[in-house]
Amino acid sequence: MSWIINTLTSTIGRKVIMALTGLFLILFLAVHLVGNLQLLYHDGGEAFNLYTQFMAHNPLIQIVSKGNFFFIFLHIFVSLTLYVRNKKARPIGYKVSAGNSNSTWSSRSMALLGTFILIFIGLHLYGFWFNLKFGEVAMVTIDGVSMHNAYALVAESYTIPGVVAFYIFSMIVLAFHLWHGFASAFQSLGLNHPKYNGIISGMGKLYAVIIPALFALIPIYMYLNNAG
Amino acid sequence: MNHKLNIWRQKNANDKGKFYTYEVSGVSPDQSFLEMIDELNDDLTRKGEDPVHFDHDCREGICGACSMVINGHAHGPKGLITTCQLHMRSFSDGEEITIEPWRAKPFPVIKDLVVDRTPMDRIIQAGGYVSVNTGGTPDANAIPIAKHLADTAMDAAQCIGCGACVATCKNASAMLFTAAKISQLAVLPQGNAERANRAEKMIAVMEEEGFGGCTNTGACEVECPKGISLEHIARAHREYMSAKFSSHNV
Repeated sequence: MSWIINTLTSTIGRKVIMALTGLFLILFLAVHLVGNLQLLYHDGGEAFNLYTQFMAHNPLIQIVSKGNFFFIFLHIFVSLTLYVRNKKARPIGYKVSAGNSNSTWSSRSMALLGTFILIFIGLHLYGFWFNLKFGEVAMVTIDGVSMHNAYALVAESYTIPGVVAFYIFSMIVLAFHLWHGFASAFQSLGLNHPKYNGIISGMGKLYAVIIPALFALIPIYMYLNNAG
Repeated sequence: MNHKLNIWRQKNANDKGKFYTYEVSGVSPDQSFLEMIDELNDDLTRKGEDPVHFDHDCREGICGACSMVINGHAHGPKGLITTCQLHMRSFSDGEEITIEPWRAKPFPVIKDLVVDRTPMDRIIQAGGYVSVNTGGTPDANAIPIAKHLADTAMDAAQCIGCGACVATCKNASAMLFTAAKISQLAVLPQGNAERANRAEKMIAVMEEEGFGGCTNTGACEVECPKGISLEHIARAHREYMSAKFSSHNV
């Protein structure tokens, strides 16, 4: 068994864990977005409430959700161990830095970007997930089933400009994290081939822009809708 | 041309070291960077001061000795060359130039700009070779090798072991250096017999030496004087992971 531990704790093994958990979280973002887009229906929140009711009670979703929390934890934990090792490898830095001339800012700032995303996830979970799970949330009855009015909870928080601004800023941070992370995950898994490199890096950049932009669009739309 | 030079000076590995400023004047644009330092050193010697120590050997871009970070770039601001191939015409007159040694925990400074790069030798000794202990010289072309594989191996074999990748990487990772050798020998039939052991052992020694982990920033590929591609790092990953999961080293 020691060879497995040895493999997974090597820098390459840890990089592979970062890539696999990262790709899972990339997929999770897309699924999460599809759910969020239900907020845009003009139906007083019926579609979104049905969706949250489904997410909260479907047994398969419960398992995937636990896996999701575990992968977020693993992604953070492994990145921390790598961060500490990498800092130790250069105790004395350079006086002059090459800056953006040989690498992108996002590729050099993954730890910083990731730390901010962690703060965002914390507040995000507290605001929505925690409240729905353990807080006092108004109930609504749809088709004879009583359920949390998650739509009202979301719509109310997006009437606060500060909340909307923080959300938008967080999505910009996420975009930078994905800008490097998407293609980097493939490279870490050894998937580097002249036939596919262009597609992977192109898709990564598209994904990094489109997904966070759509996420950010929802609170902006709801805020304007409410104000107007 | 006149320049103000900020050069890292350090007496030995235990000294703290600091930057010294030197003014050089009458520098010819056709001089190489090392010749410019040679002249500075002549001056310092005439004044009875200790000359600036730096590694150099072939001065034609093939030995990899001339290691220095110039204005934030390993081997200076121009791509695909070593410091000895850098000419003063690449700088503008009056430009301030900062010269620093390779910075990495596994590369302690010996004196001034000279660092100890033997950790890279130990990585090669761990498996960066093909053992052929018997028989006569084989016929050239006796073993057919696909052109693209021969090209890939040649590209990787261009590595001169200068350590610019380590110096450049924000994590001081030696992955490009290590991967170039793993990749070169993995694509050739002669390297096949020791393929799994090589990947496992070279990576293990690389980690023991205390180099950081690769985070795919790609800076090494840009600064490498031989333009060695990240493709080799991806191949080294495949070699390492498949060796780990299928070799007989339990």
